[in-house]
This record gives sequence, C-alpha cells and structure tokens, in this order.
Amino acid sequence: MGEVKKHDTPLMDELKSGPWPSFVDDIYSYAEKHKKQAGFDIMGQMELSYKNKETHWKHGGIVGVFGYGGGVIGRYSDQQEKFPAIWAFHTVRVNQPAAKWYHSSALRKLCDLWDHRGSGIMNLHGSTGDIILLGTVTEQLEYIFYDLTHQLNMDLGGSGSNLRTPECCMGMSRCEWSCIDTQDMIHEFTNQFQDELHRPAFPYKFKIKISGCPNDCVAAIARSDFSIIGTWRDDIRIDQEAVRAYVGGELKPNAGAHSDRDWGPFDIKKEVIDLCPTKCMHWDEGQKKLYINNAECNRCMHCINVMPEALRPGLDTGATILMGAKAPILEGAQLSTVIIPFIKTEPPYDNIKNLIYKVWDYWMENGKNRERLGETIQRIGLNRFIVDVLGLKPLPQHVREPRSNPYIFWKEEEVEGGWTRDVAEFRKRHPA
Amino acid sequence: MENRITDIGPPHYWQFLPPVIQRNYGKWKSHEIIQPGVIKYKAESGEVVYAVRCGTPRLETTDYVREICEIADKYCDGYVRWTTRNNVEFHVTDEEKLRALLEDLKSRKHPGGSYKYPVGGTGASVTNIVHTQGWIHCHTPAIDASGVVKAIMDEIFDYFGSHKLPAQVRMALACCLNMCGAVHCSDIAVVGIHRKPPLVEDERLEKVCEIPLVIASCPLGAIKPATAEVGGEKKKTVRVNVDRCMFCGNCYTMCPAMPISDGQGDGIAIVVGGKVSNRISPPKFSKVVIPYIPNEPPRWPTTVKWIKKILETYSKHANKYERVGDWIERIGWERFFELTEIPFTWHLIDDYRLAYDTYRTSVHFKFTSHVETVTEIEY
Repeated sequence: MGEVKKHDTPLMDELKSGPWPSFVDDIYSYAEKHKKQAGFDIMGQMELSYKNKETHWKHGGIVGVFGYGGGVIGRYSDQQEKFPAIWAFHTVRVNQPAAKWYHSSALRKLCDLWDHRGSGIMNLHGSTGDIILLGTVTEQLEYIFYDLTHQLNMDLGGSGSNLRTPECCMGMSRCEWSCIDTQDMIHEFTNQFQDELHRPAFPYKFKIKISGCPNDCVAAIARSDFSIIGTWRDDIRIDQEAVRAYVGGELKPNAGAHSDRDWGPFDIKKEVIDLCPTKCMHWDEGQKKLYINNAECNRCMHCINVMPEALRPGLDTGATILMGAKAPILEGAQLSTVIIPFIKTEPPYDNIKNLIYKVWDYWMENGKNRERLGETIQRIGLNRFIVDVLGLKPLPQHVREPRSNPYIFWKEEEVEGGWTRDVAEFRKRHPA
Repeated sequence: MENRITDIGPPHYWQFLPPVIQRNYGKWKSHEIIQPGVIKYKAESGEVVYAVRCGTPRLETTDYVREICEIADKYCDGYVRWTTRNNVEFHVTDEEKLRALLEDLKSRKHPGGSYKYPVGGTGASVTNIVHTQGWIHCHTPAIDASGVVKAIMDEIFDYFGSHKLPAQVRMALACCLNMCGAVHCSDIAVVGIHRKPPLVEDERLEKVCEIPLVIASCPLGAIKPATAEVGGEKKKTVRVNVDRCMFCGNCYTMCPAMPISDGQGDGIAIVVGGKVSNRISPPKFSKVVIPYIPNEPPRWPTTVKWIKKILETYSKHANKYERVGDWIERIGWERFFELTEIPFTWHLIDDYRLAYDTYRTSVHFKFTSHVETVTEIEY
C-alpha cells in the first residue's frame, strides 16, 4: 500500500474553525490516524463540490445483500480517477435499537466492523432513525451483513419502496409523559414486519413512527404514513400542592426551560390559564386551587409541560392513530390525518398490526407507482378510506370542519328509487 | 450462504438501558432542566438520573464514536443514547460524576478548536439541526448539508447552550425538495432548490430510463415523449415543457439521463413557522419566506445572516412559550416581513395546488411599511 494522498482543500478547511463540532476536523483526524485514503478522497471530492457548487455522486446504483431488496444504497463517484478510494461509496442502513440506546460494547464492535470494511465514516443517525454506515464497495456488502448478523446481532434497515425502519421517541425509558410503551411497540412491529422491511412490495415508501404523547418528539405526525401518538381519555392528574409551589415561585415553570432570561415572576393566569387552547382551566386565587374541566381538554400538553411537577397525563391511556404524512413533491406536503381517535395498546398489539395489514392490502392493490398512502387517501377521499376501506365509523374527530360545498357523491343505494328513471314518464309530466 | 442469518431485526433495546433506567421504566414522575443541556429526571421510586445532552455533527467517524464510548465507559458504565435530533446523551446518577463529566466534555476539542461535545439543546434553545447528506453523499442535492449546518450553528452557537429564546426553536435542513426529515414542519428550515429545468440526454435516455415512468413522475405533466435524431440514429427520448417545470427534480429521481443540478441555478430557500408538537396550537407546515439564496460555500454568509436575523427578531418580539409560527400568526405575516426586513417578492405568493387557501379574503390586514398609497393607475 502506497503513501496516502492528501488533497488540497482550502474551502473544506474553512469549516474547521468555529465552536460547533467540525466534521472536517473529525474526518481528517481519522484519515491521518488510520492512513485511510477514503477520508482524504471524500474531502477532496467535497472540495470540488464546494468549488463547482454541484454534487459529484452519480445517480443511483442498484446494490444489496442476497435476499434483501433494501437496506443498502449504491453510490458511485463521477470523479473516480481523481478520487479512486471512493469510486464506490455505498450506504448501509443498520436498524437501530428502539429509541437509540446503546452500550459502548456494541458500538465499539460496530466501529471495528466499519474501520475494517468501510470508510470509517457514519451518521448517528439518518433521518429515518437508522445507523448509517457511509462508504463501502459492493464486494464488502455480504461480509458486512454476515458480521452484522453473526457478531453484532444487528440487521439492515429499510430503503426503497418498502417499510422504512420504524422509529419512536424515548417513551417510558425516561419520559414521565409517555402514555404508551413506544419502544416495546416499535420493537414488536419491526420484528413482525421484517419481510415488508427487507423485500419491497409497496407502491412507495411506508413509514411507521410512534410518539408517547402529543408533544410528538419523533415528529410522527409530520413524516410517517402511519403515526401512532400516545394519549389519555380520563382526567389530568393534579398535585395541588405542587401547583401552589409553581404559583409561589418555588418551582421553575416549564422545568426550567427559560432560565437564561428574565421573564418576570410566574403568572399562572397568563402562562397557563389564558394559553389553554380550549379555555378549560381555572385558577381560583382565593382557594389557591386549579380546576380543569377535563371534558373540554384537547390534550395539547401545554399545562403539563409548564408544570411537570404538578400535572400529569391521566391513567386511561392509549393511542391516536393518524395516517398519511409526507414531505412535498407531487401533491405537496401532508400532515397525518386522524383515523382512529383512541385505540388500546396491549402487547402483542394485534389490533394495530391488523389495521396496518388492512391498510397495506388496500394500498398495494390501489396505490399508483410512487404514490404515498396520504396521496392515495386524497385521491379516493378520506370518507371512502375510513368507511369503505377500513370499515370504520365516520366521526367529527376526523375533520377540522365539515365540507363547505354540497357536491356530495351520493351512492345509488342511498337514493330512494335508485338512478334509473323513465324519460317517457318524465316527459309526460314535463312536455319538452 | 450456508447458515446465513437473516431477518433478525434490531437488537432488543432493553439490554442497552442503564440499570437506573431499567428499574424505573414507565415509572418516571417529573423532570427539571437544572442547567442548559442537563435534565434531572425523578422516578416515583425517588431515584434520580441526570441526562447530559451534547450536540454532534451527525456526520462522524468511528473515532469520534469511540471517544463517545470512552466517555460513556468512564462515567456511565458504557451506556449512551442518541436523540431524534442527533444529540448524544450521557446519564449519571450522582452530582459529583455529573460535574466531572461536564468538565471533561468541555475540555474535548478538535485540532481546529471546535468543541467535540458541546452541552445544550434543552428548553428554550436552538437544538441540533436535523439535516440530510448533501454533497458528501447524496446524488440529488441542490446544496450541501453538513457544511451549511456547521456554518449556521457556529453563528448561533450561543442559542444552543442557553435558554434565552421564548420557546424551543427546531431547525432543519434538507438538501433537496425530497426533504428527508421533518424539514417541512420546522420553526426555521433550510431547503435546497433547483432553478433550471432538467437537461435531457437524448443519446442515453432510452438506455437508462423507463419513459412512461418519467412522464408519470412529473406532477405538472410537463414531460412528453419525443424522438430525436442523434448521429443519424433515431432515439426515443422526452421533451420538457420548461414553462411548466417547477424544478422539483422528481424526473431526475426516475431518470439519470435528466440531470437537474446546476452550480449557478441551485441554492437555498428558507421556510419558517412550522411545528410538529400539538402544544397549544396544532402542528403546522413551514412557509417559504426567502425563495432563493445562492450557494455560497464554504460559509454560506447570506443564509447564515438571514437565519440569525429571523431568530433574533423572533427572540425580541415573541411571548414566552410562543413558537415561531404562533408568533407570526399573532402578529400577521405582513408584520413578520416588516420586522425581519425580508423583501417580499412575487415568488412568495403560492401558485401551486390549493394556493387559494393562502390568499387573503378579508380586509383584516395591517398597514405595514410595504403598503404604498395608490393614487393613479396609468392606462
């Protein structure tokens, strides 16, 4: 092996300064220490991109491991002569453990694997949640997969028109607000749907994300076709003593989230009561007592966020299921739409699994190529999707407001006498 | 292929939970941010755990991760966690270890002087910018990702490690309109855009593309089949009605013979006012406020300048707990443009599907500096 070749990268070097962690410094330190040409070549190619203001990766490239239809994304440089060490620079998506907890023993094995069989460059994590290993060649893929499954007990994630790696918030592992066991659900679903994850059969990608409460830290409502958000049906639990401690200034509002600015003393009326979207709360100054009309609460979490020591979600917990979120392209961006306002979540979550299978069956049959579930729902109409496809009852919870146009697609069976009429009979009453 | 193991799924999360987390799983009672970046969790059992949150560049090497392992071994029995926004979190159960850990993290720097593990990202702060791959690894980007994020975070670094803002500000970057990640629902986001129609490589197209798929991929029906003569040979290809092209790049995704990237044409759009949380107001999309800023590597000064301006204008004018989008809705978009001094151009009036929903159909508006009295109209 010859001497490693460092390219001149004045533009990339500019990104070494400043307080935020520098990926350029990191990659250079790594390349120098391990004598890795890929590290120098990737910086060299990126320098060229910084000069030309264009990417230098070729379009696509189908690669993968035997028997899987996803999990690896092929990538080839269009500057292979200048940067031979990155002529191929494939991505491997590795399915992360739920909520991204690790032990260093597992991470170190992964690092060793990636030093040995790849560029040593990775992402923790990709946007879908996977561990992303950046930069290897086709010949290494089977070995990487073998090492992952045999030594690390890890498996690939999803890519292409298949189920993408399911993801969740930290849930019950550290959050007092999680109404459902997000990690258990994600682990269960990921294992249940291994086939859909690895062998694409869908019109396009399908994402499942789970958040434990309406704060939605994993952004399920914005980016998953199937969003599960933990919620409760009963009353917010109140510790009146702690409420008084917030009012009295002994406890810091919003768990101390505003500590570096003087916002004045905590004002429960201004900061909680008046900001409640449904105005369902009342602070009785005389009694020093907080009242909540729970029937009117829409579970926005604001009061709970402001006074975490005093207020907690109720105990009759479950989830709201929403469907159809996606980023723009084609029909524009969509947020997930409420489909099931409340569902109980008990392991092994057969009710939710059955719902997912039902949705897939329909979407695989009726979805157009590259049409996300949300677009299919729009095309056929939310009402038909809820009633005809899923067999659910239409509810006011499904809409923000009912339609303002009366152009209703009545079905023939709904109209007395049907649609077949006799013109001659009509003309008897109405001569032309 | 013998004894090949497949479809085992991810490792079970339980083995990676620190003992204190295992003991109190589902039994947490409350939390408090004792300083920016440090959250103290209390369990019903009375046990306590401190989570220390650090920013990371997301794009990192195994050595950087090994150093995280070393820190985790030294202070946390090897356990460590990542957040959805690419921060890393260390957990300790006693204050002495907490202080030592914080000191240690502060001392770790890259050769160029940047912090390796800056502490922050909690409460009313800017937390780590979620981003995509950009020029380091993607084949469709209009802009870089990691470099733009580094340039922005350097400039607003102070807002990462402090609680000075009216509420949390969630920032994101997508290097093209595919928007991997929840960019479209962020308080402030950067999106890479193309501005030139795709090139059509007549010679290569029929060999590498499925023409019906390419035609179907265009949301505006701007692509039609065609035949072109190349070197005396008839080739099946396509033509683009450029007047209809909105530069989404979907055709390039389907067909490598229609490259769309261009050093002069590509650049950055800034979108603001989106959110994901249901807190107070419903989740909402971000809106375009700056339609185009040229690519300015390596430090993207114009992008950085505007983001800082938006952030600081918001910080100055918003109420406590008010997210960027909620603030703008309260004061009105016309006031937002006045306060931030962002020029309002025709590009900001929607002309895509459902655009009508965004037009003003009332006379409830404010007379901001944009309004000039019209006295005469020439014919």
